[in-house]
Amino acid sequence: MSAVLTIARRDFAAALASPVAFVLFGVFAFLFGYFFSDFLANFVEAGMRMAQMGGFSGGNLHVNHDLIRWLLASASILILFFAPLLSMRAISGEIRGGTLELLLTAPVTDTQIVLGKFLGAFALYAVMLGFTLLHLVVLFWFSQPDAGPVLAAYLGLFLFGGAVLSLGLFFSSLSPSQIVAGLLTLGVLLVLWLIEFADQGGGGVRAALAYFSVTGHMSDFARGVITTRDLVFYLSFTGFWLFLTRESLRSRRWRG
Amino acid sequence: MDPVIVVDRVSRRYGTTLAVRDLSFTVPRGQVLGFLGPNGAGKTTTMRMLTGFMPPSSGRVLVAGHDLAEAPVEARRQIGYLPENPPLYPEMDVRGYLEFAARLRGIPRPQMRAAVDRAIERCALGEARERIVGRLSRGYRQRVGLAQALVHDPAVLVLDEPTAGLDPKQIHETRRLVRDLAGERTVVLSTHILPEVEVTCDRVVIISRGRLRAEDTPEALAARAGAARTVGAIVEIEAAPGRGADDFGDLVAALGTAPGAGGVTPGPATPEGSRVLRVETEASAEARSALARVVLERGFLLLGLRRAEASLEQVFLELTTEESAEPNADAAAPPPEASP
Repeated sequence: MSAVLTIARRDFAAALASPVAFVLFGVFAFLFGYFFSDFLANFVEAGMRMAQMGGFSGGNLHVNHDLIRWLLASASILILFFAPLLSMRAISGEIRGGTLELLLTAPVTDTQIVLGKFLGAFALYAVMLGFTLLHLVVLFWFSQPDAGPVLAAYLGLFLFGGAVLSLGLFFSSLSPSQIVAGLLTLGVLLVLWLIEFADQGGGGVRAALAYFSVTGHMSDFARGVITTRDLVFYLSFTGFWLFLTRESLRSRRWRG
Repeated sequence: MDPVIVVDRVSRRYGTTLAVRDLSFTVPRGQVLGFLGPNGAGKTTTMRMLTGFMPPSSGRVLVAGHDLAEAPVEARRQIGYLPENPPLYPEMDVRGYLEFAARLRGIPRPQMRAAVDRAIERCALGEARERIVGRLSRGYRQRVGLAQALVHDPAVLVLDEPTAGLDPKQIHETRRLVRDLAGERTVVLSTHILPEVEVTCDRVVIISRGRLRAEDTPEALAARAGAARTVGAIVEIEAAPGRGADDFGDLVAALGTAPGAGGVTPGPATPEGSRVLRVETEASAEARSALARVVLERGFLLLGLRRAEASLEQVFLELTTEESAEPNADAAAPPPEASP
């Protein structure tokens, strides 16, 4: 366990020591802030319209259902674009810098290396996600949302982030180039996003395809609903890519 | 005494290329073993197999009794490794980097400070301890790389071309450091520089094209070359008054037919009128005294006569060039991406 933490801590500290992480966090916070103010304006406007109409006909606006849910669902799309930037350096940087030789000859297992790398990227992701809390604090300050669904949504975002980062980690292990790793990750993630919409029109194959959409499994979480189906999906998705990453490291040893 | 490193019939292929073939050797505790070969002979590949970076295609490697394939973590715990390019993180400071290396090798937090301090002192990094690794000079980087390999006080130290790219002063310091480190520790260092082996190593393994060519002490290898091939004698003469070019020609012919002698290579005349002749002959005292007699009988002055010493360089060249003349398509270069 200590080896995992050692590797994770180094990656985390190295990222924070470079300006890249701050630019990344800044742009993410800005975009999320933009989403927030836009969604909030719409929400307020809809609320006022409804008040003018007398606030009846069962059309109650709720800050959980009509604001936070969409806000956090859209955060997952934003993350889709930012997560590759968090994971792309993890292993490709070690390959390029020759430091992979240090890790692979240290008395640690390949599994520990992969977990350490994953945890390091995940810690960065958690910090990035932390910026979204600022806006939610504002909502909790001025309104009384249910905390339960919000916590469920954040659980979802953590699982979603883990899944996306594990995929990114795998592509990072393929190439000494961070750009190649990042672009491949982004490309695959975009495909896994688009197949969410394959379901429309029904049909077995399409439904099966849609099941593999990383973003699709976020919608229940965003509503505050935790289902086993989504939990199983994210955990097995993450496990699968971490496993592939370990195999990729192993094959790197074999190839030399 | 049990050997600390056992390399047992190890081969390594990259695709269809056989980089190391059927290599076996052992290293006893406390010895400094030089791993000598021309570039592309399979040195780095062997170092990488010794350190558990890559598994051999066949055969096995034991380090301090642990099989690298079966107990990789226990075996690697005993090893400190300095790859050809020191594996440094340019954005870290020296101390932080060494702390990371120590933690990675499983040194518990309470002992870590002391371990890092020791490594810093050993490698004379005191002045650089707060500096950013990426801004250090080549010599300092190499020392940081060495400190990283030492920080967990390993029983075995594997150094891949530790003096490559250093200036003469740094080379000297590094060699001295390696000598100092030997003792309790076992050191394997690869190099293509011959004097390095003669200065630092107790024993030499020469490989070429992935195969073991010779294994012995540097002195024994040099002696072996002297015995195997008559390298001969160097004769310095001066023409006595009245001796001309014809007489010199006679002398050369006579030297060539002296007992035990072979070819004679006359050097150019010096301004003072003396000449140096290189005579191929048996490495025996009788053969040399026969040469002296010939010189004096012909009326030349004998200014000097000494045995031409066979150096390790000659052994090396013999063992490795005769091999590369072999019509063999197997090159032993590591794949391009492996050495970043």
